[in-house]
Amino acid sequence: MSLLQIKDLAIALPKGADRPHAVEQIDFDLAPGEILCIVGESGSGKSMSANAVMGLLPEGVRPVKGEIVFDGTDILGQTEDQMRAVRGRDIGMIFQEPLSALNPLMRVGAQIAEVFEAHGLLSPGERQKRALELLREVQLPDPEKAIRAYPFQLSGGQRQRVMIAMALALEPRILIADEPTTALDVTTQAQILKLIEDLRQKRGMAVIFITHDFGVVADIADRVIVMEKGLIVEQGSVDDVLLRSKHPYTQKLVRAIPGIVAGEKHDFSEAPVILKVDGLTKVFTTGGGFFSKPRVVRALDDVSFDLYTGETIGIVGESGSGKSTCGRALVRLLEPDSGTVEMAGVDMAKLRGADLRANRRKIQMIFQDPFSSLNPRARVGRILSEGQIAYGTPRREALARARELLSLVGLDASAVDRFPHEFSGGQRQRIGIARALALDPDIIIADEAVSALDVSIQAQVLDLLADLKERLNLSMLFITHDLRVAAQVCDRIMVMQHGKVVEIGPADRVLMAPEHPYTRSLLDAVPGKEYEEALKKVVGQ
Amino acid sequence: MIKAWKRFAQNHGAVIGLIILLLVVLVAVLGPMFFPQSPWRMVNRPFLPPFAVDGVPLGTDAVGRDVLIGLIHGARVSLMVGLVSTVVALLIGVPIGALAGFFGGWVDDALMRFTEFFQTIPSFALAIVLLAIFQPSLFYIILTIAIVSWPPVARLVRGEVLSLRTREYVEAAILSGQTNLQIILRQVLPNALPPIIVLASLMVATAILLESSLSFLGLGDPNVMSWGYMIGAARTVLRTAWWLSFIPGIAILLTVLALNLIGEGLNDALNPRLTRRSE
Repeated sequence: MSLLQIKDLAIALPKGADRPHAVEQIDFDLAPGEILCIVGESGSGKSMSANAVMGLLPEGVRPVKGEIVFDGTDILGQTEDQMRAVRGRDIGMIFQEPLSALNPLMRVGAQIAEVFEAHGLLSPGERQKRALELLREVQLPDPEKAIRAYPFQLSGGQRQRVMIAMALALEPRILIADEPTTALDVTTQAQILKLIEDLRQKRGMAVIFITHDFGVVADIADRVIVMEKGLIVEQGSVDDVLLRSKHPYTQKLVRAIPGIVAGEKHDFSEAPVILKVDGLTKVFTTGGGFFSKPRVVRALDDVSFDLYTGETIGIVGESGSGKSTCGRALVRLLEPDSGTVEMAGVDMAKLRGADLRANRRKIQMIFQDPFSSLNPRARVGRILSEGQIAYGTPRREALARARELLSLVGLDASAVDRFPHEFSGGQRQRIGIARALALDPDIIIADEAVSALDVSIQAQVLDLLADLKERLNLSMLFITHDLRVAAQVCDRIMVMQHGKVVEIGPADRVLMAPEHPYTRSLLDAVPGKEYEEALKKVVGQ
Repeated sequence: MIKAWKRFAQNHGAVIGLIILLLVVLVAVLGPMFFPQSPWRMVNRPFLPPFAVDGVPLGTDAVGRDVLIGLIHGARVSLMVGLVSTVVALLIGVPIGALAGFFGGWVDDALMRFTEFFQTIPSFALAIVLLAIFQPSLFYIILTIAIVSWPPVARLVRGEVLSLRTREYVEAAILSGQTNLQIILRQVLPNALPPIIVLASLMVATAILLESSLSFLGLGDPNVMSWGYMIGAARTVLRTAWWLSFIPGIAILLTVLALNLIGEGLNDALNPRLTRRSE
């Protein structure tokens, strides 16, 4: 007996979109107590299908065909009032970004109580009591205190727990989770996944889990649906889909996941040192008034390492570990408090004004977000030539070089006349890479350069980086939270926690035989490990 | 930009506003060519109501001047005061806001305290005081209006720049060796433009109102016919010859309404958040 049935669903997009239907021919069942994962890359329509179940489609987007049967009634035929009773009570939902999904000005307890209030249940006193029970159930530390906290006082993982508590408040029979762990660190992600799994068992609740991460799928799913461009290309049990996938698209996605061991490693310790960082420290002080002590965060605490010419060091750690601060302090987007950054005999950390400008061109950065890292009002040609012109290259030469750079990163030279919004995320990231290369740097700092990209695009960009590094003899600092990516591209790996370097060594050693307990906990939290071993066995056959 | 124009054209109010404004501009530019006579000249008996006598379709005022001619010449003054004082206010406000937002720290503190100094004084009172000190000529009226209306611009630009300067493309520009001036002019300000344009369109309307109020109080340029002066001169005969205040009042109302409609239309067309909703 299935709880939810979706039959031949099609959702139309407004005119002018890149395809007529967001999703088409969607057919699946959900059994009670089952975890169904919907996987696909961005734009595949995976979130749209789930939103349709909740009756929460964006304006201008509407279902045109098929039905969604929940408990014997077709949800699509229901009025807004009827849907409101279903939402929350029968079907709960949690979102990707717990900060924007919670009201910043309401205490946690009040937000959970509001769920009961909206459905006219319980008295105010009972609501508070239930809220506390729920917070306990989602294992929020110190629930008595947390119930009076505001969302900004909680960490990302704690906020996601609050979201789950709200979704569970009315004991729904289906929980829809839309990328609930994407914004979280690996260790937090592992905890949240475990929580969802536990709750499912305890309550016999069915879960629709939307994700792009096959590791997560492998860990949590009973059944998997793979979507591409609005169509279901494959569905079946988790083992069938991941280990014995039939559709070429699924196979492509599975192959694109970087394994935790991969990539050629070199030992560069014989090569000359190109960047020598010694005792780099940065302390952030926030708040503090007449009556309160300021909050002091040691974002960088005595960080020292050498980067050899031609080498790639991966800087890994969870958010707040200081890895991004480190990259930004090296190029002086942030002023370090103390320490030296020696590059070709010059201390970057002490330079000022014109000297700083002159030396900074040797160390360039690739940014995380391909959408905010390119000026939306500048043509690509200008983006790529501005830096050179600032250093005195004549405009004509700079533009010629811009065209060269574009072909170097695998884009057509005609792109110089186009604006950034005309490109896809992966293409934009290529433009970002070309910009970093425009000044012929020796060192590239890649700050989460592939984190915002889909796996298949990720693989292409990583290949491009490896190729460029080889051809241009670049040295690279690769900042990432993703250990798989680090394993693929880095020669050495530096693990950071609370602003300190806890471990640095050859990538193989750090990943296979970690010395520090923190490194070990990071590695344990990486999703999909059992699956990888299973995959190895299948491939090995 | 073409998209923005399409969205603007879909907004009926904004298009009506644009048509009214174009008409006013046309009158201001071409009117004095067709009616070159001085608006101060007495042409007929005083207090002629509209449509009573041929040749003076909108009647005459207390000293027998032609109301229509006054209206036409006044359009030029009102529009010019509105536009020029807004441009001057932008010239003061945009650099102050941009510097404060971009550099932060003590630069921000100093510039913002300076801005607040102007904001804490009621702008109309300040305008009266300034005009009492200056001579009441068109030049000083424009200057005065600019001086009392730049602080909101500085505030707005500072806020925009503050959020734009943390964007990654600005950081990339810093790394690529561009100077601060280049970064402000080429990376930051172009992206802050849409809200500035919207604010400017509304400021033109406020400036016209301010000039009218000042002229009404007799602080206008005595050699220039403006709508505000016409209302001011007619206020003593409001009960016997109401049309003398009513007609220029309608002119001000329509122009300001048109500018507000345009401002709102621009806001909808240029504001990306609203845009996304409609797509």
